[in-house]
Amino acid sequence: MDKMPKWADLFLIPIINLILAFIISGLVILAIGEDPIAALKLMVEGSVMSTYGWGFTLYYATNFIFTGLAVAVAFHAAMFNIGGEGQAMLGGLGVALVCLFVPWPHWSLAIIGAMFSAAMFGALWAAVPAYLQAKRGSHIVITTIMFNFIAASLLNYVLVNNLRPKGAMDPATAKFPEPTHLPSLSDILNGIGIPFAERTPANVTLFIALAACVLVYLLIWRTRLGYQIRAFGKSEPAAIYAGISPTRIIMISMMISGALAGMMAINNVMGEAERLVLNSTEGAGFIGIAVALMGRSHPFGVLLAALLFGFLYQGGAELALWTTIPRELIVVIQALVILFTGALDGMVRAPVERMFLAMRRKEG
Amino acid sequence: MTAPAIELKGISKAFGPVQANKDISIRVMPGTIHGIIGENGAGKSTLMSILYGFYKADRGEIFINGNKTEIPDSQAAIAAGIGMVFQHFKLVENFTVLENVVLGAEDGARLGPSLAKAREQLVHLAKEYELNVDPDALIEEIGVGMQQRVEILKALYREAEILILDEPTGVLTPAEADHLFRILEGLKEQGKTIILITHKLREIMDVTDSVSVMRRGEMTDTVKTSETSPEELAELMVGRKVLLRVDKKPAEPGAPVLEVNNLQVVDEKGVQRLKGVSLNVRAGEILGIAGVAGNGQSELLEVLGGIRTATGSIKINGQEIDLSGKYSDGRSRRERGIAHVPEDRQREGLIMDFRAWENSAFGYHHDPAYQSGLLMNNAAIRADTEGKIERFDVRPANPLLEAKSFSGGNQQKIVLAREIERNPDLLLVGQPTRGVDIGAIEFIHQRIVELRDAGKAILLVSVELDEILSLSDRIAVIFDGHIMGERLPAETDEKELGLLMAGITDTEHEHSIEEIEANLAEAAGEVH
Repeated sequence: MDKMPKWADLFLIPIINLILAFIISGLVILAIGEDPIAALKLMVEGSVMSTYGWGFTLYYATNFIFTGLAVAVAFHAAMFNIGGEGQAMLGGLGVALVCLFVPWPHWSLAIIGAMFSAAMFGALWAAVPAYLQAKRGSHIVITTIMFNFIAASLLNYVLVNNLRPKGAMDPATAKFPEPTHLPSLSDILNGIGIPFAERTPANVTLFIALAACVLVYLLIWRTRLGYQIRAFGKSEPAAIYAGISPTRIIMISMMISGALAGMMAINNVMGEAERLVLNSTEGAGFIGIAVALMGRSHPFGVLLAALLFGFLYQGGAELALWTTIPRELIVVIQALVILFTGALDGMVRAPVERMFLAMRRKEG
Repeated sequence: MTAPAIELKGISKAFGPVQANKDISIRVMPGTIHGIIGENGAGKSTLMSILYGFYKADRGEIFINGNKTEIPDSQAAIAAGIGMVFQHFKLVENFTVLENVVLGAEDGARLGPSLAKAREQLVHLAKEYELNVDPDALIEEIGVGMQQRVEILKALYREAEILILDEPTGVLTPAEADHLFRILEGLKEQGKTIILITHKLREIMDVTDSVSVMRRGEMTDTVKTSETSPEELAELMVGRKVLLRVDKKPAEPGAPVLEVNNLQVVDEKGVQRLKGVSLNVRAGEILGIAGVAGNGQSELLEVLGGIRTATGSIKINGQEIDLSGKYSDGRSRRERGIAHVPEDRQREGLIMDFRAWENSAFGYHHDPAYQSGLLMNNAAIRADTEGKIERFDVRPANPLLEAKSFSGGNQQKIVLAREIERNPDLLLVGQPTRGVDIGAIEFIHQRIVELRDAGKAILLVSVELDEILSLSDRIAVIFDGHIMGERLPAETDEKELGLLMAGITDTEHEHSIEEIEANLAEAAGEVH
C-alpha cells in the first residue's frame, strides 16, 4: 500500500519544501535589512511578468531541462552522474568545432550537426567514468566529479592554444559564422504574430528541450531499453537474473545522460553566446542535479523544476541589478531551494506521510 | 495454584496501517514448552519482540510470574529472566565462545576476572544442561549447531528462566534438531519455561506441551498438544482445511533433459563451492536437491540459470551450453528452454518497486509479443498478466499493484506463473515455499507436479526436508560441493538424508552428534 497519494508525493511535498526555502530566504533578507516581500515581488516581475523576463527565464530553463534530464536518466540506472557540468562543457566544444569548421548553408542543418556533435562529445566524456564504473568498480560519483575538473582544464587548454583567434586576448573562439545563427524565440513568436520582447536569449533550442522531455519519457517508460535501465536501477541482482548486462546498461545510460548534458551547448553556446567562452556552462550542470531531484527523475517534473530554477536565476539577476542585495545572496537563495528540495526532502516527507496515515486510519 | 511464568493480556501493536498484533492474550505455565505457530506475517515475531523489549505494545499488559512487568528494552527483559535465541544468531564471529557469552555482561572494567568467572560457570552450565561447547573456539570455526548452543548458554549465563527460541531448526540438519530438542527437554526438567516459535507442525507435535496458533495478528486458539493433530493446527493457521500431503501419481520419466557433468564453481572470494557435481534430470521427473543451506545448491541453480560461471559440462536436451559467461546469460538460458524460479524472489525474482504486470514480463522482455514497433506493448503485457493472475489465483488480482504490496505467497505465484507459463523444458525451482503461507504451498506444489506430469524436467532445491521428500521423484543430497548420493523417496527417510546432509555416507550405523557437527563445521570453515 502506498503511504500517501501520488499527487502529494509529486506536488504537495515539493511545494512545502519550496515554501520553507522561501521563508528561510526571507529571514536572511530581513537580517541584512532588506524587505523580503519587495524582493520577491521584484523577482516575480523581472522574470515572469514581462515577455522580456520570460525571454531570460526560458533560456535558463532550457539549460536546466537538458542537464536535469541528463541526471534523471542516469538516476533511473542508479547512477549518480555529477558530471553534467563537464559533459556540457565538452558539448560546447563539440558545437564550436562543428560551427567553426563546417561551412553550413543554413541554421536548420547547422543545428542538426551541432546537436549530433554536442551529444557525441558529451556521451564520450561520460563514457570514460561509465567504463571505469562498469569494469573497474570506480565509483561514478568520484570519477564524474573529477572529470568536471579535467573538462574545465581541457577546455582552457584548447581555447588558449588552439581555438583562440590570433591576436585575441580572450580565451574564447571567434564568433560563429552567420549561417549558424539560431532563430530566437522572439523571431519565431513575432513571426507568427505573437508579440515577444527582442534581444532576449531564449531561442529555438527550447523546442528541442521540450521534445527531449517527451523522448526521455518514451525511452524510460515505454521502450525495452528503458525497462532494462529501470530494472537494473532498482535491483542489480534481479537484472542479472533476467539476463540484463550491468556493463551494457551502465554504459548506455551514462552515455545517454552525457549526450543530454552535452546538448545543452546548443542553447548556451550556439543559441546565445555564438562562440565558445570559458565557463560557458555557468554551473548549469550542477543545477541539473537539483532539478532532477526535485522533478523526481520524471521528465515532466524536470520541466517544472527547470522552469522554477529558470525563474530563480533570472529573478536573482534582477535582484542583483535593482537592489543592494548582493549577488552572493542570490546563490544563498538558490542553495536553500536545492537544500530543501533535495537533501532535506525526508524532513518534510516523514510528517506528511504520518499525516496521511492518520487521516486514512480515521476514515477506515 | 502457581502463577503462569508469562502472561500477556490484550497485547495490541500496529505498524502504520498494519495491525501486527490484535488483542493477544496468552498464559504459559512454568516448566513447560509452549509452541507458537503461525504463518509468515501472522505476528509471532512481533509478539516476541514486544516480550523482549524491542517494540512497545500500543495496549496490553505483561505479567512475569504473576507480577505486572514493564519491558521497555532488552535489558529489562533480561532482568526479568527472559532470554532470546534469535533466528539469525547475534554472535561476534571473531570472538571465542567464552568472550561471546560474557559480552555485555562483564562485571567490571577489567576483563580478566569476568572471563575466569564465566569460564567456571560455563563449564558448570554446560554439564548441567548437556550443552557441550568449547569455550576457547572461535565462533567462525564452529558449526551452526554449536553456535546455537552458545546463544542458549548466553541466555542461561544471564540467569534466564524463560527462553524464547525463534525458528531454531531452520539451519539445522535433522540430527542436530533432535539434539536441540533433547536439550530443551532437559531445560524443561530443570524447571525452565520455553517458548518455541516455528512454522513446522511436526516440531510442535514432537516437543511442545501446549501450543498457540496465530493468524493475521490474532491468537486463534491455544490447545494442549496431546489433544490436537497437525491437520487441526493447519486448519487453525489457515482458516480452512488444507491438504498437507502432495497428491501425485508415480513419475513416468523420459529422456534426460539436463545432464550435468563434473561441474566446478569457484566464487568471488576464491572459495570452491561446487567440487565436481554430476547429475541428470529426465523429462517428467522432479529431482530434489537436499542439503543444509550454503553447501553449493544455490551456486548450482545460479550456474544453470546463467547467473554464475563455472567449468565442467552441462547439456540441455543433449546440447552443450556455454558456462564461461562469454556467450551466455540469463536470457540465452531462457531461449534454451530453462525457466528459473530463484531462491530469493525479493532480491532476484522480482523488482519489488515494479508493478505486477511489469514483473510478469521480467526476463522475457525480449519476447516479440511484448513489442509494438519501437515501444513495448504495455497493454499486451497487462492483458497477459491478467490471465496469469487469474490462473494462478494471485490476490489481490490487480496487475497495477507493485510487487512489494503482495504477500510472500502471492509474490511467489507471480514468479511461478511467469516461469511455468513459458512451458519450459527444464524448470529450476529454489526454495519454492520459503516465506509462503500454507494455503499457497499446497497450490504451488500442485502446479509444479502438473508441470512434471506434462513431461517437463524439474530441478528442485529446498532446505525443507519435508518438501524434498514429498515433492521429489528422486533425491540427491549435496554436502560441501559434492553430491553425497541419490535416493528414492520411498526408500529413504529423514534420518538417512540427514546423515548424508552432514557428509556421512555410512548411514547404516549410529553416529554421535559430535561427529556430525565436526563434519558440518569443517565444511563451513572452508567458506570463511
